[in-house]
Amino acid sequence: MSQNLLNKVWDIHKIKTLPTGQDQLFISLHLIHEVTSPQAFGMLGERGLKVLYPERTFGTVDHIIPTDKRERPFDDELAEGMIRALEDNTAKNGISYFGPDSDHQGIVHIMGPELGLTQPGLTIACGDSHTSTHGAFGAIAFGIGTSQIRDILATQTMALSKPKVRRINISGTLKKGVYAKDIILKIIADLGVNGGLGFAYEYGGEVIDNMSMEERMTICNMTIEGGARVGYVNPDNKTYEYLKGRKYAPEDYETAVERWKSLASGKDAEYDDVYNLDVSSLEPMVTWGINPGQALGVGDQIPEDADEQACSFMGFDRGQVLKGTEIDVAFIGSCTNGRISDLRIAAEVVKGKKVRSGVRALVVPGSRSVADQAEREGLHTIFKEAGFQWREPGCSMCLAMNPDKLEKRELCASSSNRNFIGRQGSPTGRTVLMSPAMVAAAAVNGVISDVREML
Amino acid sequence: MNERIIEITGKAIPLRGDDIDTDRIIPARFMKCLTFDGLGQFAFYDVKYEENGEEKRHILNSPDYQGHSILVSGRNFGCGSSREHAPWALKGMGVRCIIARSYAEIFANNCSSLGIPALIVDEASAGELMKMAEDDPLVEFRVNLNSKKLHAGNRFYAFDLPENYRIALVEGRWDTTSMLMENLEDIKLKNQFLPSFKG
Repeated sequence: MSQNLLNKVWDIHKIKTLPTGQDQLFISLHLIHEVTSPQAFGMLGERGLKVLYPERTFGTVDHIIPTDKRERPFDDELAEGMIRALEDNTAKNGISYFGPDSDHQGIVHIMGPELGLTQPGLTIACGDSHTSTHGAFGAIAFGIGTSQIRDILATQTMALSKPKVRRINISGTLKKGVYAKDIILKIIADLGVNGGLGFAYEYGGEVIDNMSMEERMTICNMTIEGGARVGYVNPDNKTYEYLKGRKYAPEDYETAVERWKSLASGKDAEYDDVYNLDVSSLEPMVTWGINPGQALGVGDQIPEDADEQACSFMGFDRGQVLKGTEIDVAFIGSCTNGRISDLRIAAEVVKGKKVRSGVRALVVPGSRSVADQAEREGLHTIFKEAGFQWREPGCSMCLAMNPDKLEKRELCASSSNRNFIGRQGSPTGRTVLMSPAMVAAAAVNGVISDVREML
Repeated sequence: MNERIIEITGKAIPLRGDDIDTDRIIPARFMKCLTFDGLGQFAFYDVKYEENGEEKRHILNSPDYQGHSILVSGRNFGCGSSREHAPWALKGMGVRCIIARSYAEIFANNCSSLGIPALIVDEASAGELMKMAEDDPLVEFRVNLNSKKLHAGNRFYAFDLPENYRIALVEGRWDTTSMLMENLEDIKLKNQFLPSFKG
């Protein structure tokens, strides 16, 4: 039996065992954004501490930034204040920062990989639960709270316990119209929203091997929705090809690749648990409830034992099939599904069609670079001609900290990651999670649809 | 070093439900702030108030439970977003200790960083404690992190708390920065050894 990637990366980054029994882990890459970092800089200031290794922290703005107009100051004074705080904190401490006008601005989990910051074998932390996204490259990446941001700024380390590792083998052949998003929703539905507690998820098997890096990011991104803090895929040639030539990729690339190869879990690697999933019969998934585990195939009935509070909040009945349910809003974007491949797939569905009258439809690219690429390919024209709003990059309606929000009881077909009560900005607003292709289909038909009928 | 947190005594707020996420504990719109001060007033805001600002009929609004310091809830409490605003909001509303069936990992970590013990109890105990607090808002809960026992209603209950967090709380090491700073020389060595970023 050999070591898995998590154990190898952990050992490389471990400083020592702390008096509490936790490990002190060196964090190679720290990413920050405007919402969870200002308080950490404040705490640092109160203690007279400095940022230890500013060259290991990178910042951008995503959560709060408007996606319609970018003139400063922003209309929302609080948003302006928070972004200015990040600008001051990064400037004062010599931290690289990609602000609203930067070619690299974007959702932090999309920016990292694009710049080649996200590399195999790194420990990565960010004050955002979807930091697990970076695991797609064979990094061990944690979402953290603000006190830990403070710890990393001051010491480049954090205190934590090593998780167990569950290998998730995904086999079979995906049907046309079924995507990475459907697989991760299925995994969460099967293992539960707290099924990953205490575990890191290592995703593998033929389906993962065949996936693009962007699809792997979608899978790793929603790991946290299954209760596991860390999710990763072993690095392979696709990983090395993706990173080659990117801004922060290592200079001596061949040497780096050799090192990365040595970190991947061996074929006989040991795991604490194994879960096998065959996705050959998987249908496009939709959520019916108020957490991401409450999901089913678009043609399936809501179970007879479905949670009463969830049904009543959503206005759905047990036994109901969601296909055909009217929607008010369609949202394509977020760190889960705001990358170029997501926009290409959605554009393919809407090309030459119109958004159903009465539906408010938004496409929010995940980064400036995604937006530029989409515009080079003319995707923005396809979306705009269909009646979608084409926006500037940011988190937008995934968590609605900027002006993009649901109103009242609106129902949103969303490519984002959370359907919690109030998540999209209205305390009574409702979210149905699905793949970008499915959102595109819902936008065009005005009702939750099976995208396979449109391909 | 911080204050050593060993014994907590208080009355309990019974908050039924599983998978109570951090968006519900503090909706994102209240996170536009540069410090964590004053978040208590927004804790469970949409659980407590209608959209028009009217108070809902909810146990969190009941005068019987105002100012209580121990929150009792279900499974997977604090799931979702990593926002430390959530435990800060709970702290702001006076919560000093949480008792639940289980917690999301980042939330439990954040609670420890703030000196809030997040205790885990089994299904039977959770049910009894919940009912006890519902039946009598004045019943006193006494938690001891050394003996790992909770006393309520003339009975002792066992609880679990990851040993790392327990030690951090009872030894006053829950604010981790100073503990981590002790190993600065080792950190510097590690930094030299691990690749950095050149753009």
